[in-house]
Amino acid sequence: MKKNGVKMIKIKAKDVDVFYGKKQALFNISLDIEENQVTALIGPSGCGKSTFLRCLNRMNDVIDICSVKGEILINDFNINDKSCDVVRLREKIGMVFQKPNPFPKTLYENVSYGPTIHGMAQSKQEMDEIVETSLKKAALWEEVKDRLHEPGTGLSGGQQQRLCIARAISVRPEVILMDEPCSALDPIATAQIEELIDELKKEHTIIIVTHSMAQAARVSQNTGFFHLGQLIEHGSTDKIFKNPDNTKTQDYITGRFG
Amino acid sequence: MNKNKEQLLNKRYKAEQRFRLYGQSAIFMALLFLTIFIFKIFSTGYSAFQKTWLIVPVTFDAELMMLEQNPSKEDIQDADYYDIALKSMADLDPNANEDQENELKRMVSYFFEKEIKNELLNDPSLIGKTKEVYLTASDDLDQVFKGNYPRDLPEDQRRVSDYQLKIFDQLVANGKVESKFNISFFTNADSREAELAGIASSFMGSIFSILVCLMIAFPVAVLAAIYLEEFAPKNRFTDFIEVNINNLAAVPSIVFGLLGLGVLLAIFQLPRSTPLVGGITLSLMTLPTIIIAARASLKAVPPSIREAALAMGASRMQTTMHHTVPLSMPGTLSGTIIGLAQALGETAPLILIGMVAFVNTIPGSPMDPAASLPVQIYIWAESAERGFVEKVSACIMVLLAFLITMNLFAQIIRHKFEKKWS
Repeated sequence: MKKNGVKMIKIKAKDVDVFYGKKQALFNISLDIEENQVTALIGPSGCGKSTFLRCLNRMNDVIDICSVKGEILINDFNINDKSCDVVRLREKIGMVFQKPNPFPKTLYENVSYGPTIHGMAQSKQEMDEIVETSLKKAALWEEVKDRLHEPGTGLSGGQQQRLCIARAISVRPEVILMDEPCSALDPIATAQIEELIDELKKEHTIIIVTHSMAQAARVSQNTGFFHLGQLIEHGSTDKIFKNPDNTKTQDYITGRFG
Repeated sequence: MNKNKEQLLNKRYKAEQRFRLYGQSAIFMALLFLTIFIFKIFSTGYSAFQKTWLIVPVTFDAELMMLEQNPSKEDIQDADYYDIALKSMADLDPNANEDQENELKRMVSYFFEKEIKNELLNDPSLIGKTKEVYLTASDDLDQVFKGNYPRDLPEDQRRVSDYQLKIFDQLVANGKVESKFNISFFTNADSREAELAGIASSFMGSIFSILVCLMIAFPVAVLAAIYLEEFAPKNRFTDFIEVNINNLAAVPSIVFGLLGLGVLLAIFQLPRSTPLVGGITLSLMTLPTIIIAARASLKAVPPSIREAALAMGASRMQTTMHHTVPLSMPGTLSGTIIGLAQALGETAPLILIGMVAFVNTIPGSPMDPAASLPVQIYIWAESAERGFVEKVSACIMVLLAFLITMNLFAQIIRHKFEKKWS
């Protein structure tokens, strides 16, 4: 999205290094992510794209041996700063995982969990509304509106993933991180999720890690190519796919390795 | 070449068949031993649930009981029953001499006075009348009636005299001996007399011990497990703690008994022989079992659930309390019940802290002296009287029923509350 012709930058990563114990997983990553756009991170397995994604909501904190250096500015605020509260951060930055991971609770409880712990609804009615809008935005409402109080784990894989998306957007995050959200799904469910991503970018900034080049080309406006822990190239998806600067990018995109 | 392959294939099939056979015979052996064990226990123990009564006519002679006319309830309570009790037994054989009268008296339990008194308390109008009263037979005659007594031994080698047997046989012939369900086995405390001994004291002792054990071990173990699994940093110190918890689970139970004796009784001066001390000692023993079970079931909660909650902005505490702990509860609870079942069957530590004492009262709280079921088995197994042999087996049956109920409960909890995650 452009304001006065200038692209708004939502997230600005500066010289990010990540270490797992002594092993360095990411080298000097600097990447700007534009607001209300879909940014795809592509690259071969183990290249660090998921690691980078998990830096953005500090999920790497969970891993004891993982340490992150460098600055990540979200709305000009460094989230690696000590004063950053991860709970507040993760309220603003939602995440959808590779494998659908609904809580083993009812559909309703799944979606209302975030708003409950963040105190976003004053009444049962308000909560019902949040649940309904979230499920509608995730294009799941029509399929599940009659069984909101059945367990979320009883849905199909694609429905579960959309439930996870509904859960993520229930707290109205500014950014949604998606870590290979379609890798466990069949092509029809994948198409539904991709459609959904396109819809969601109107209100959220989306960063998606994907293995599928075709998916990156379909859903994203910007693309970053990672290889061996380095960000080799990033730019508009059009440019990366049609006219990349780096030969490695060219090779990867055309399927010569990876 | 092809033939070679065929041979190899045949060999593989044969090996598998052999393995199946080994497995089946192992299971067969296990079942065989179990059947023998259960058969032995039941065949010796079932008779303990029956009790033999002698039906003896008792004349409630007011004069012999030293009762005035129209006595009050208290008078009946305080009356002297020894003489009428003695007289009714002696009357079984009008020609008995003094020695024989004594032998007649010993055909019933020393409780007979009280049984006669209860009869009158229930119906004061019996004064001056004669009524047939059920009196508990002595343990030896009880065994005679059940057919467990070696009657053909020479008289000087048995505790029942020929004279007693003669009178008893007469009573049997007249239908004056009856076998009824042994309620007192469940309502009486322990007694030196086999015919009066019951498991009420040890049963309550076991229940109180287990409750104390549960109330101490469960919260401590669950908190320890949650902290170690979800919050503690993984470093050498926590590794050291983990190794020690596993070692603690392997410590022989008698060591915990010594600890209870040395610390709880000697230093803290807690009351000896009580379920309180027994429960604390058992809780030390159960603690590692529950910690290990709770940690295992916390570990079994998929990390994706934790990640999902954390990514929603739940704090670590919220993630643990809202998701991980509830999901791990079925496993933790069934581990707890199995730990408690172990504690229930424990004898050695309880003997050391004095729960082996002879207790003939039923405990009303964990602070009262009590025995426990396994210790009761031990005490009775040590006793010489023939009547205790069947009691031992009966007590084992009660203990087994208790254990099976607990394990069943653990299974039900596991099945009912276990959640499936995708």
